[in-house]
Amino acid sequence: MTMEKKVNIMVVDDEEIVRASLTSWLEEDGYCVEAVESGRKALERLPDRNWDLMLVDLKMPGMDGIQLMDEVHKTSPEMLVIIMTAYATVDTAVKAMKKGAYDYFVKPFNPDDISLTIRKIVDHHKLVQENLFLRKELKKQYKLRDMISKNEKMLEIFELARTVAKSSSTVLIQGESGTGKELLARAIHDESPRMDAPFISVSCASLTETLLESELFGHEKGAFTGATVLNRGKLELAQDGTLFLDEIGDISLKLQMDLLRVLEQREFRRVGGSELIPINSRILAATNRDLAAAIAEDRFRADLYYRLNVISIHIPPLRERREDIPLLVDHFIEKFNIEMGKEIRGISEGAVRILMSNDWPGNARELRNVIERAVVVAKGNVVTESDISLPSTSSDANHRTKSLEEIEKAHIRVVLIENQWNIVRSAHALGIDRVTLYNKIKKFGLKKEGVALKE
Amino acid sequence: MEHAILEWLRKEMGDSLMATVRTLPSIPVPPESFEARRNQYFSTKILKEMLGDVPQDAMKLLGVTDKDLCIPILTYVFGEAQVGGTAAVVSLARLRQEHYGLAPDRPLLLERLRKECLHELGHTFGLYHCPSRDCVMHLSNTVVDVDTRGGDFCRGCHTVVVSKTGTERRR
Repeated sequence: MTMEKKVNIMVVDDEEIVRASLTSWLEEDGYCVEAVESGRKALERLPDRNWDLMLVDLKMPGMDGIQLMDEVHKTSPEMLVIIMTAYATVDTAVKAMKKGAYDYFVKPFNPDDISLTIRKIVDHHKLVQENLFLRKELKKQYKLRDMISKNEKMLEIFELARTVAKSSSTVLIQGESGTGKELLARAIHDESPRMDAPFISVSCASLTETLLESELFGHEKGAFTGATVLNRGKLELAQDGTLFLDEIGDISLKLQMDLLRVLEQREFRRVGGSELIPINSRILAATNRDLAAAIAEDRFRADLYYRLNVISIHIPPLRERREDIPLLVDHFIEKFNIEMGKEIRGISEGAVRILMSNDWPGNARELRNVIERAVVVAKGNVVTESDISLPSTSSDANHRTKSLEEIEKAHIRVVLIENQWNIVRSAHALGIDRVTLYNKIKKFGLKKEGVALKE
Repeated sequence: MEHAILEWLRKEMGDSLMATVRTLPSIPVPPESFEARRNQYFSTKILKEMLGDVPQDAMKLLGVTDKDLCIPILTYVFGEAQVGGTAAVVSLARLRQEHYGLAPDRPLLLERLRKECLHELGHTFGLYHCPSRDCVMHLSNTVVDVDTRGGDFCRGCHTVVVSKTGTERRR
């Protein structure tokens, strides 16, 4: 029977007889064909349908086939164009292909060639389209705005974030530093009906109590020495939008009380002011501290905690979702390629293995920094083991119980592994000469097994 | 055109389509259909000529010729038909083994002719090329294609032909 889906083909040729015969022949094969006599007409018809393929005569009065192809590719860069030519000159064929033609046919065509080529093109095109579609679908699931993951817990978080974005409830985001708490807050804002209003972020840990107070609530002119002008606080700036309080676990008890009042009464006064200003911004808060422990130690008000913790999201650390490492690496490489104008195509397996075996105390942010450095130093278009430089892996806490000699041994071992046991490079990195390094390797009984990582 | 072949074809088409088939006196190919540079005949022009001469009681008109056929854009065609129309033409030239430097094979020639005629007539019943390799409407650009595809309409294409002829064809 007839074909499953109609394939749209546009034939452009100034010769009536070619248009007629090609049309009827292609129609017998079940294609949807429209034939026009000039490049101008072809451009007019371009928006009419989703054309799958154009068969374009090279020599036409006015606009020739290659000019037409150029014009078409300006608006539809994906369009497949086959150039038809009466004389097979290598020059024109090469020119057409270089300019982006999918293929070229010499008139008259062998019927077998043309139908097979078209079938092949159409099938291939279908696969490419399907592939693009599926990739997008796949990425959609893995992505929430700038966040990317395929970890089950993270995907649940993405889903929850999308749902809560629609409400105005306060959300408390917890997680180690570098896990992407601010990214998640931003994503919630971007997914919410408030997306067009401002997203205002305050880092509570970076300011002193009084500074933070005026930063949040603003101050009236003359409220304190140096307050020469009226200053609107972040709470006011976030009107209709989202206020993100980062490192909420670090604010003083007094400010905790003020904030609690604001959250309960939905209004506030500027420092030194008497006017009550209503707030309608949405509050998101984040912390890397264990608030439950802080409450037990009376460092954090339980009532504020409950007020903030209407919806609680805990982002797991990167070491608990190692499957995300390759995904994040690709994501960061893509990002830095754009930022730095580089063309890194991927990362070697060995390099991925090194990254996968690291514990990432600094989480995704640390990984991003490592990749940024790797993209900068990569010589080829693939990131390799030698481009990866991890911050000293052994945790600082362990150092305290170790002797100087143990630390020296561990450090030399790490440097050797990082440099694939290249003695010259390792010695250089350690700031000692080759012989000294050999002596130390011998003294500490270091062996090459660490390099197994690389193979 | 050899009379015996034509007579054989008349019976075959009648059987396959469950229709009354009769032969008409032969007519010369129109001289304007000759493409001197290619030493071939432009099939569309032959179809046009045939359409001027369709008997009133005929549903379809099938032309059979020994001439090598082509259309301007293709190096050759085995035949041509008006999709959903009245006329179709089929050439014997490239169905003969001799065309490929091989020894004549009459049964093979007749089987190819039967398939090609059914195929082109299928187009006149509004059928396009069929994705099923077992169907006579499957696309064939070479004699190898003609030989490998099925010799009959598949169930789907058969239904279309029956709906147009109004007769159930013998299996």
